[in-house]
Amino acid sequence: MSTNLKAKQDDNWLYTISAKRKLIDFNFKEIWQYRDLLVLFVKRDVITVYKQTILGPLWYLIQPLFTALTFTLIFNKVANIETGAVPPFLFNLAGISIWNYFKSCLTSTSNTFSGNAGIFSKVYFPRIISPLSSVISNLLRFLIQLLVFIIFYIYYYINGAAISINEFIFIFPLLIILMAFQGLGLGMIISSMVTKYRDVKFLLNFGVQLLMYVSAVMYPLALMREKLPQFAWLVNYNPLAYIIEATRFVLLNEGSFSLRGLAYTSLITVVIFFIGLIIFNKTEKTFIDTV
Amino acid sequence: MKEKEIILKVEDVSKQYRLGLIGTGTLGDDLKRFWYKIRGKEDPFLKVGDSSDRNKSATSDYVWALRNIDFDVNKGEVLGIIGKNGAGKSTLLKILSRITLPTKGQIKTKGRIASLLEVGTGFHPELTGLENIYLNGAILGMTKVEIQEKEDDIVEFSGCKMYIDTPVKRYSSGMRVRLAFAVAAFLEPDILVIDEVLAVGDAEFQKKAIGKMQDISKGEGRTVLFVSHNMASVKTLCTKAIVLEHGSIVFSGGTDEAVSYYLKGGAEIENAKDFGEDYEKEEFNLQNISVYNSGSKVKDIIKESLDIEVKTELFVKSNTPENLHITYHMTNELGDAMFSFSNYKTDAPLKKGENKLLCKIPAKFLQSGQYFLSLIVVKDKKHAAFVERDIISFTVVDSSRDIGEYMGREPGYIRPNFNWSIADD
Repeated sequence: MSTNLKAKQDDNWLYTISAKRKLIDFNFKEIWQYRDLLVLFVKRDVITVYKQTILGPLWYLIQPLFTALTFTLIFNKVANIETGAVPPFLFNLAGISIWNYFKSCLTSTSNTFSGNAGIFSKVYFPRIISPLSSVISNLLRFLIQLLVFIIFYIYYYINGAAISINEFIFIFPLLIILMAFQGLGLGMIISSMVTKYRDVKFLLNFGVQLLMYVSAVMYPLALMREKLPQFAWLVNYNPLAYIIEATRFVLLNEGSFSLRGLAYTSLITVVIFFIGLIIFNKTEKTFIDTV
Repeated sequence: MKEKEIILKVEDVSKQYRLGLIGTGTLGDDLKRFWYKIRGKEDPFLKVGDSSDRNKSATSDYVWALRNIDFDVNKGEVLGIIGKNGAGKSTLLKILSRITLPTKGQIKTKGRIASLLEVGTGFHPELTGLENIYLNGAILGMTKVEIQEKEDDIVEFSGCKMYIDTPVKRYSSGMRVRLAFAVAAFLEPDILVIDEVLAVGDAEFQKKAIGKMQDISKGEGRTVLFVSHNMASVKTLCTKAIVLEHGSIVFSGGTDEAVSYYLKGGAEIENAKDFGEDYEKEEFNLQNISVYNSGSKVKDIIKESLDIEVKTELFVKSNTPENLHITYHMTNELGDAMFSFSNYKTDAPLKKGENKLLCKIPAKFLQSGQYFLSLIVVKDKKHAAFVERDIISFTVVDSSRDIGEYMGREPGYIRPNFNWSIADD
């Protein structure tokens, strides 16, 4: 073979499978080619979750509503946590909805490798499709929950509660995206660790529980700073707590908000996301040997 | 000669696996690997490792499932990959289909590779047949538009039209396989990887599936990598073949040569056996048993299209050799008894001294497969002077009797060639 021809042939390889890897090696063209798979995965997740249940998609609503109710009874009625002018139930519902979105992104993403080992061991497709699809299907679920929140909002408003939307409402979509990417990034880190060390799975289970308590889900940030100043840093530096507080601020005009906080949270989110991406990228290639 | 275009190039590919459990030791090795890496040294574990031979005991924690695999595939070629269980076929396919990465080496390709490694991947039991066609198709890399175009063909090919709106969990396992194969069969990648799908479904569907695969590999000029244990289908479908053994390529070349290389190399074939002191009995010494095709050597593979001879060498010490005769029981690979045959009341009785008895099994009588003979030396027509089960085994392979029509195994243990004629009444 002439060297000329060889050189020409070497140029048009579609791709190379090799042991050497780049740090971040995403073929965006390829991911785009698989967009239909993404849509179908979302559809599958949405359709099949509540198959063969009587209440069906109502489960999407029952869970946050009852959690909000329980929180209201325990934290607000029994423990007397003050929620300002906002009805405690609405305060809790807002916090729980956005927290649940984070939680479901985190848990489903962290299950990516161990849960899909069956498919992943047989067919190749860009693995990132899988966590992306769960982030999107969870987003749909979150939007349904948001709708319920709006219904209750209107109900309370009509009944004369002093609630109003803050003018910063336009950053709400950004808050949702930040939440999604934190769940995704953290989930990707965990999913990669789970493939080798199952210990992480147990850690995740109660870790999420503990994380909720330091993320200002059922109390305003200010309360923590006032009552437990020595632990306030836990909440102050927690980007999740910031997003939850900001969500309540833009939806209910209650709590605190600062652009510096927003910048800090965005930065942390980007860092977490990219760390997740690198680790995920490294794991997806060979995890099948260790899972 | 026209320069052929290489579509797939496998260069020095090796794959290392860790033996045993992944546990506390793993973390230690990981740390060591990391420590070498940050100092810019090579992975220390790449230097160790056994070749993949299941029967040997391991000398290290690492094993090479594949070692230095090198081959090219030209466009339009159908490459057969043959090898025994554990030879590394599946590992190679896994690397080719990007499910895992090689430890060393690289693979370059000019086309999209899709695999039929195991059909029905990603089927969701709660979704209907049609929904699963779309999901499975997308997992295999088809776009929605592509699937839409082929939807009718897929449904038609699967033969599940009636159940297409029923959740797949209500399907029988056979229907699931049909549907899954139908989706995969309509894939149009540049390089298709097929592994052992011949073994699915009933005879009717098998024929359909094989026909489809022949179309894919012959008619449409597609590049196919084909892995199978069925030598007849490898012979018909493939244009060249490689033989893997313990993770390395031991033969690469024409299909016929590769198949006979593989069959000869099989350690299970034991066409001849010499017997020593243990077989020196009171009345006779068993010396040798061999099985071969008439006119062929003992070392050759046994074909069903030729007479098969069973030669028994026995030294009779008894003074009443007329009281002795030998009987063989023949069993198939499942251990089912098929028939027995004996030299009793034949033209070849045992005589005192050296005996070389020949029994001829007619051509086109046995099915392809592995057979076992049990030897019984009978005394006085009623009690066994000597019995040994499965004293010898041999493998019969299909010749070209009906290759190309149906590559599955016909039912039954024997396949006699009866006389057919046109009745003249």
